[in-house]
Amino acid sequence: MSDLFAVVMLSGIYSLLSASLFLDLDAVDVAFTEASVGAGISTLLFLATLKLVPRYEKKSRYKPTLALGVVIATGALLIYGTLDMPHFGEADAPVHQHVAPRYLNDSMNEVGIPNVVTSILASYRGYDTLGETLVIFTAGIGVLSLLMVSRRTKEKALQKVPADMQNQIILRVVAKMMLPLILIFALYVQFHGDYGPGGGFQAGVIFAAGIILYTMLFGLSLTQKVIKTEVVERLTAFGVLLYAGVGIACMLLGGNFLDYNVLRHDPVHGQHLGILLVELGVGITVAAVMITLFFKFTWRTVKHKYNQ
Amino acid sequence: MELLLDIVSWILLISGSFFALTGALGLLRFPDFFTRTHAASVTDTAGAGLILTGLMLQAGWGLVLAKLLLILLFSLLASTTACHAMAKAALKSGLKPQTVNDNSNSEKETSSKP
Amino acid sequence: MQGGALMYIIPAVILLIVMGIALFRAFMGPTLYDRILAVNTFGTKTVLFIAVIDFLSGRAAFLDIAIVYALINFISVIGILRFFEYSSKTALEEEN
Repeated sequence: MSDLFAVVMLSGIYSLLSASLFLDLDAVDVAFTEASVGAGISTLLFLATLKLVPRYEKKSRYKPTLALGVVIATGALLIYGTLDMPHFGEADAPVHQHVAPRYLNDSMNEVGIPNVVTSILASYRGYDTLGETLVIFTAGIGVLSLLMVSRRTKEKALQKVPADMQNQIILRVVAKMMLPLILIFALYVQFHGDYGPGGGFQAGVIFAAGIILYTMLFGLSLTQKVIKTEVVERLTAFGVLLYAGVGIACMLLGGNFLDYNVLRHDPVHGQHLGILLVELGVGITVAAVMITLFFKFTWRTVKHKYNQ
Repeated sequence: MELLLDIVSWILLISGSFFALTGALGLLRFPDFFTRTHAASVTDTAGAGLILTGLMLQAGWGLVLAKLLLILLFSLLASTTACHAMAKAALKSGLKPQTVNDNSNSEKETSSKP
Repeated sequence: MQGGALMYIIPAVILLIVMGIALFRAFMGPTLYDRILAVNTFGTKTVLFIAVIDFLSGRAAFLDIAIVYALINFISVIGILRFFEYSSKTALEEEN
């Protein structure tokens, strides 16, 4: 399959199908994240990239049969290894004996929020989530370093480039009406993550999707007046700093790194405050990285257009 | 009161699904892109409105009702404008609607006689 | 009348049939825009399907996903339209 556009669409559909699989397995948070990231933002970013490259993949003369053979052999060995494991979801599997019951039983007492997924993500396994946020941040930096756009291009382009979809008037009016709702919904998902499905990752993605909608319809120059590229680039770092800063604040107050119990007079309140700040940091970084990626791709398109 | 709500919900849900089904049939059988867009977008809105209203009657007061209202508003607004944008883009890229003259020239001649 | 689960199963099944027809049109559609239309219809019906299934299962946790998916469907269709209609070359010709 060499039509890259069809590949992008199929990967979007694949993400949607795996989101419904997660729904079927009763994992609502994961399905939420998979639907918003895989079927939404990834498709948009891929499409933004596809505007810069040719649509059909060139045929490669290199046939990697040896690599394919190695991969198949390794895969087969791994599957053979898993045949010995306990059945999926069996109640007396080791993974269900030690750690999971403790989280499920003690989460309400120790952390005090109804959504166990958020309490595990942000509190019990907070260190892992810090690593995930750092990964997103690193991806953003990687793209930034690959797609540097000079300041001259930016200043010249800001005056001349009209929006892509300029004559779609109905679409612009409707998008303008919907944008505040989308952004408020993102904030709702962010802060309601304690009580229902949600949390920082999903909220950041929804926020970025709203801004991307606005940029697609109104053009980059108009969006720059509200959300400057430099500010967004700095926000990517700010989110991670917030997260790590909470951890260091915990150390300064006498506990371990990311031990929220010491943040307030009362451990449960400390956990609440810690989770709130940490999820906020995650949401800020995710939103800022997605917006930065989209801006970079669009700047490149502008640069191509005006041959600078 | 409960019974009345149930009956009205039944009616709304069934008629909403009926509209969705006829829209799908139109999507399947209509001859041309623009007619298909017409079938899909009109029945989309009607079906979505009826089904979501039926669900709202079952929900009772609370957050669920507000979320369903939000889905309804968003769906009405978004799917209509998306179909409009599609039709506009298709027209702009040169796709022409199929007219009667394509198939039967003789009909036009006979009908223009006084 | 205790409709109970049946009230939600009938719309769910009908919506599944509609989604199948939309997928069929997405494969078959002679022009590109037919396929985009089919994908958009698939998306809106999925939102309704999630809402109905949510009531079927009794917990109202899935409605957030329905809202998110409605949003994603809309933005994706606009992204696709932008990609096709306004690739760099044609936009350049328009402005000159």
